Amino acid sequence: MATKKMLYLNRRAPYGSVYALESLEVVLIGAAFEQDVSLAFIDDGVFQLLKGQNTTAVGMKNFSPTYKALGDYDVRKIYVEKESLEARGLSREDLLDLTYEDENEGYAEKDSIQVVSRTDMAGIIEQNDVVFSF
Amino acid sequence: MSSIEVAGKSLETDEEGYLLNLAEWTEDAAKVLAAAENVNMTEAHWEVINFLREYYDEYQIAPAVRVLTKAIGKKLGPEKGNSKYLYELFPYGPAKQACKIAGLPKPTGCV
Repeated sequence: MATKKMLYLNRRAPYGSVYALESLEVVLIGAAFEQDVSLAFIDDGVFQLLKGQNTTAVGMKNFSPTYKALGDYDVRKIYVEKESLEARGLSREDLLDLTYEDENEGYAEKDSIQVVSRTDMAGIIEQNDVVFSF
Repeated sequence: MSSIEVAGKSLETDEEGYLLNLAEWTEDAAKVLAAAENVNMTEAHWEVINFLREYYDEYQIAPAVRVLTKAIGKKLGPEKGNSKYLYELFPYGPAKQACKIAGLPKPTGCV
């Protein structure tokens, strides 16, 4: 089976609906089958990657630590839209530190998150064969 | 609802034998779960079980077997980070069987 470029587009807040968690689970399953996977976070989806989440009051499991496992699953391309961050008063520093190890450079830890403009995001979506929208 | 008996206490499991409540897991529970799987727990088994529990604690998921193999290799050495070694310890699948004994949910993506 030829490898397809798959993009998972996340636009909803992490809690209040099951979309964010379902998306993450599908990503982990897809990555286990060694597909070429990218993630994009737009609109309220950027809240999924916030540092310091505490879900005690909403009674849902805080699954944000699982994003840190994405590097182990060779998911290395995580795009966050700059305009969506800015509209919510957020910046890169408010997001989780997500890294992967580059086997071609002595397993150096590298940043998986790239903050990109809306225009660049449109280009990224265009380059993928399959887009899953959550 | 199924359950297992551990030291006079009944712990609930799902229909495949995975513990429902992660917090109820003890080393005694692991021994009971292992016995049901015909796995004779040795130091080498505990090493993998403890590794899985630490992984879950940090990332809130049970890793897929490919990820587990790689991570074990990194932490415990390449002679242990390969599927042959892990399948010898857990013949019905390191992710599936070891996760069950470790009291974790079935790995995401594991059918």
